[in-house]
Amino acid sequence: MAHAKRSSAALFNPSPPLLLLLPLLLFSHLLPRALAADLGSGDGYTIAGRVKLDGATSKESGLPAKLTNIKVILNGGQSISFARADGYFSFHNVPAGTHLIEVAALGYFFSPVRVDISARNPGKIQAALTENRRVLYELILEPLREEQYYEKREPFSIMSLMKSPMGLMMGFMLLVMFVMPKLMENIDPEEMRRAQEDMRAQGVPSLSSLLPRSN
Amino acid sequence: MSSSHLRPRTAMAIRARLGFVIVLSLFFSATLSTALYEDQVGLADWHHKYIGKVKHAVFHTQKTGRKRVVVSTEENVVASLDLRTGFIFWRNVLGKNDHIDQVDIALGKYVVTLSSGGSILRAWNLPDGQMIWESTLPVSTPSKSSLYVLANMNVGKDNLILVFGGSSIHALSSMDGQIVWRKELSIDSLEIQQIFQPHDSDIINVVGFVGSSEFVVYQISYRTGEVMQQSKASFESGFCGEASLVFDNLVVALDASKSSLVSISFKNEVINFHQINLSDLVPDFSGKVTLLPLKFNGMLAIEIASSILLLRVKGANELEFVEKISHPFAVSDALPLSKVQQAFAILQHDESKIHFKVKSDNDLRNEILKETIQMDSQRGNIEKVFINNYIRTDRTHGFRFLVVMEDHSLLLIQQGEIVWSREDGLASIVDSTTSELPVEKEGVSVAEVEHNLFEWLKGHLLKLKGTLMLASPDEVAAIQAIRLKSSEKNKMTRDHNGFRKLIIVLTRAGKVLALHTGDGRVVWSVLLPALRRSETCGNPFALRVYQWQVPHHHAMHENPSVLVVGRCGHGFDAPGIFSIVDSYTGKVQNSFILEHSVSHIMPLPLTDSTEQRLHLIIDAKLQAHLYPKNSDSLKHFFNEMPNIYWYSVEVEKNKIKGYSLESKAELDTAEEYVFQAKELWSIIFPSESEKIAVTATRKMNEIVHTQAKVVADQDVMYKYISKNILFVATVSPKAAGEIGSATPEEALLYAYLIDTVSGRILHRVCHQGAQGPVHAVVSENWVVYHYFNLRAHRYEMSVIEIYDQSRADNKDVWKLVLGKHNLTAPVSLYSRPDVMVKSQSYFFTHSVKSMAVTATAKGITSKQLLVGTIGDQVLALDKRFLDPRRSVNPTQSEKEEGIIPLTDSLPIVPQSYITHSLQVEDLRSMVTIPAKLESTTLVFSYGVDLFFTRIAPSRTYDSLTEDFSYALLLITIVVLVAAIFVTWALSEKKELKEKWR
Repeated sequence: MAHAKRSSAALFNPSPPLLLLLPLLLFSHLLPRALAADLGSGDGYTIAGRVKLDGATSKESGLPAKLTNIKVILNGGQSISFARADGYFSFHNVPAGTHLIEVAALGYFFSPVRVDISARNPGKIQAALTENRRVLYELILEPLREEQYYEKREPFSIMSLMKSPMGLMMGFMLLVMFVMPKLMENIDPEEMRRAQEDMRAQGVPSLSSLLPRSN
Repeated sequence: MSSSHLRPRTAMAIRARLGFVIVLSLFFSATLSTALYEDQVGLADWHHKYIGKVKHAVFHTQKTGRKRVVVSTEENVVASLDLRTGFIFWRNVLGKNDHIDQVDIALGKYVVTLSSGGSILRAWNLPDGQMIWESTLPVSTPSKSSLYVLANMNVGKDNLILVFGGSSIHALSSMDGQIVWRKELSIDSLEIQQIFQPHDSDIINVVGFVGSSEFVVYQISYRTGEVMQQSKASFESGFCGEASLVFDNLVVALDASKSSLVSISFKNEVINFHQINLSDLVPDFSGKVTLLPLKFNGMLAIEIASSILLLRVKGANELEFVEKISHPFAVSDALPLSKVQQAFAILQHDESKIHFKVKSDNDLRNEILKETIQMDSQRGNIEKVFINNYIRTDRTHGFRFLVVMEDHSLLLIQQGEIVWSREDGLASIVDSTTSELPVEKEGVSVAEVEHNLFEWLKGHLLKLKGTLMLASPDEVAAIQAIRLKSSEKNKMTRDHNGFRKLIIVLTRAGKVLALHTGDGRVVWSVLLPALRRSETCGNPFALRVYQWQVPHHHAMHENPSVLVVGRCGHGFDAPGIFSIVDSYTGKVQNSFILEHSVSHIMPLPLTDSTEQRLHLIIDAKLQAHLYPKNSDSLKHFFNEMPNIYWYSVEVEKNKIKGYSLESKAELDTAEEYVFQAKELWSIIFPSESEKIAVTATRKMNEIVHTQAKVVADQDVMYKYISKNILFVATVSPKAAGEIGSATPEEALLYAYLIDTVSGRILHRVCHQGAQGPVHAVVSENWVVYHYFNLRAHRYEMSVIEIYDQSRADNKDVWKLVLGKHNLTAPVSLYSRPDVMVKSQSYFFTHSVKSMAVTATAKGITSKQLLVGTIGDQVLALDKRFLDPRRSVNPTQSEKEEGIIPLTDSLPIVPQSYITHSLQVEDLRSMVTIPAKLESTTLVFSYGVDLFFTRIAPSRTYDSLTEDFSYALLLITIVVLVAAIFVTWALSEKKELKEKWR
């Protein structure tokens, strides 16, 4: 494991945008030198990169997110690879052309990556995120954002209770109970009496007449 | 004075009621969202995980730690299962072309899989399934490859994994997957048969055949791959390529005629052949034999016409007949019990019983273990068995059997009992349909379910606490339990909302299962006898399932039934199979093999007097056969015959053809139920520039509520609604392959809308620089399709909406009311329909596996598009986002209408994934089923996993949600009543005071 890591790390050390490598170059790192030449016969290029979730930690536990079951998909399912424990992945025998890499990881939103492998200029490989056209100098794929699949429940607050229809009804009740009598006081008693007489004349059943009366 | 406050109060009350209504509507629109709260998971949805039909199994039963079995399946799944319960510890689904060749365990901690024809070797961590390493082997020609994990050579040191296939051997380090050495044995047509390592040596023996007559043995150094020794010899009558390694120095092979065995012994570069006639061993032998690829030491198993013979090899030229086992049977590989003893199992099927026998090679006459268990006949025959042993407390050996059945189910059997079983046939669903449940019979009291009021109120109080976030964790758990337990959703009767139904699925194994929508349990299952391998039908396979009889008005006492259509063999001219299955019981009502082939099945919108749906089967000879075959159906059919049109898409020939039926009078066939097709039109796409990529039509049973669409300025647009719209997408041949194989200049995508009755192309649009894979969905008057834009290098979704211009003048309501609108305009097949097309394109981030659209009972509810993404999730996308009338700056009236400002890409809101935090591994299809409740659609999505949920595209406007707190309502009412009394008392008091004044 240690050896693989070291050699993979070496892949990403050079700064020019040549981080997606030719098979020859890759194999020469991974294999004893005596065998490297023998294996250069693969009919295509190798795309190697890394899925990185370091920046993003799962909010609940605060622990770094695990890389289990992260799929890396080439060209919409043409071939599927998996991210290793350290996030590295690779596709072998990829022909020259423009390809698309997608990362499927539950809970994260990854932008697909456009990868150009030049046929004329072997080894010249370019990568860019398709969502925001950001050019990648190293094929390190980081999620654009975390995805929350559930609606968050609002914590209990007096405001939320007040805003609920029941709360509003109660509020209104209280308003009627305490503010209305105050308003009534301001009304001219004469006018009041007249209004009451009007009402009696109309014979609208009153609430108090519906209730049992003791006096 | 008593009613002094009355008038203002009533006025206020009216105002308050109005205000309340407004507030209430505001409240509902604000909080009832389509997204899910985390504690609502499992209320309306269920998710079942499967793995598929097991191909290989390796047990991992060390003394410490969990006991597990690692399996690989035909669905390209590698999984680790709990040996005690059958639960999945972990699983990984490989790509669809990445078939697993073999699986093994290396170093006791890695699961090693060889896949893609021996070219990819991967190691997975045994406890959690994390990929440890991956190695690609340069295999020039894909050939049958095998994996050989060397036994513990040097303890503590790295072990090698050998992969061989064709003429090459790769040795890889099991620690990091690096190729340690590679040997290309320099003979072209070498087929390596076996690799083995004699005990305690540094040498690997490789045996194989060159061509058809030469046998070679290599001795290769374990460390370097150097060839130490090499010998070959040829045998005149030749080999057929099958061989079995019996001892370290003896191979038994079949000769070219497949009728006699050849024992090949090799030692120190000397190879001896010895031919053994099978007729000497077996008296009544005839015909051809095959060698069973089982790993026995000193034993051989051969298959002769539906029975197997076990032979014991005593020496280079001596074989002994041990036992004959007749079909159906399964034999396991040999399992070493100790250094000198090995055991193997023979399973034999006898009607509904399975006999288990475990034999040891020391004593072949007697069995170590003999058990018999009763097996459900709906599981079919045994296909495979894997055995594992354990030491009992009395130090004898006990055995576990992992059995794969004909219906792809997986069972673990121990001590004569089924410990667990998995219905893994459900990982390969071919088609599905639904059936209503029976109506609730009278006499079943509902009150029983609600036990008593106190309990009910207590439950609701608890729920209220939950909604107010006041509940303790224990109470939250209790709420969850109450919700999940609610017997309501799992009842076996029809419900008012139409949420409870049976989903009837057909699996690749030919099994039909009914799943309850409440929790996904299997209500009944039947392995269709007609879809099982038999003498009349050697290679049957399941095609489709349709609703056959849906009793509605007539025949109410009868159970509904489904029609399962299969085909006998893979050719298009193979005879078809019909099976009619009762939807409630799973009983096969009728089953027969058709006299004709099945190339196209058309359920007609007609039923006979017993409510059996009429089906028209088009065979390869373009004859239409009507089912059910009775005079009544014929009568109904004749009425509709002139209106029946259909089309066929011939992808290879780049052709679409339209047909109708020829009237009976012109036919000379004597057969009453057979009709001749008449070709009406054909569209041939130029093969040098176009290739059919996808076709899509509207669902037969889709209901459209309104034919018109009112647009912003009180204008009306009429939708062009036709059941006969066919969407066809073609791509340029160069761009027909995968992404990355074409340049934008050579890629073109054409989208067509075709009327399938007249064959007229209603609309055609070209997308330059676009290529497949194309996915499309058609509904009402619109099409949405998904494709890849090579110029932007992003996926795109386009929408085409089609409107009827010929009715555009009929806008005046008064004219319509007075009947003066223009209905007299001639409608003719030959006149060009006056249509208007609007379209728009948007970027979409993900690759798509499948697309569907929601369907509701009356078609009033707005639509949502269901998109199965590459991450095996299902995204619900509002149709409003795919509206060609979207613009960057919508006018005020357009905004009021609900038009969303145009953005270049479609939004992906995580909360609108209907699968929330689950994945439907290897998603293949999504089926939408309307519920009785207009706002709700049931969604059933399947792949390797099954997922079911119900969604409300415009929120549940016609019912209260599950969350609705009745307790809060009750409390409010109580408080209101109390307040009334209090205010009354207060007013009385005040009145009194005033009187005293």
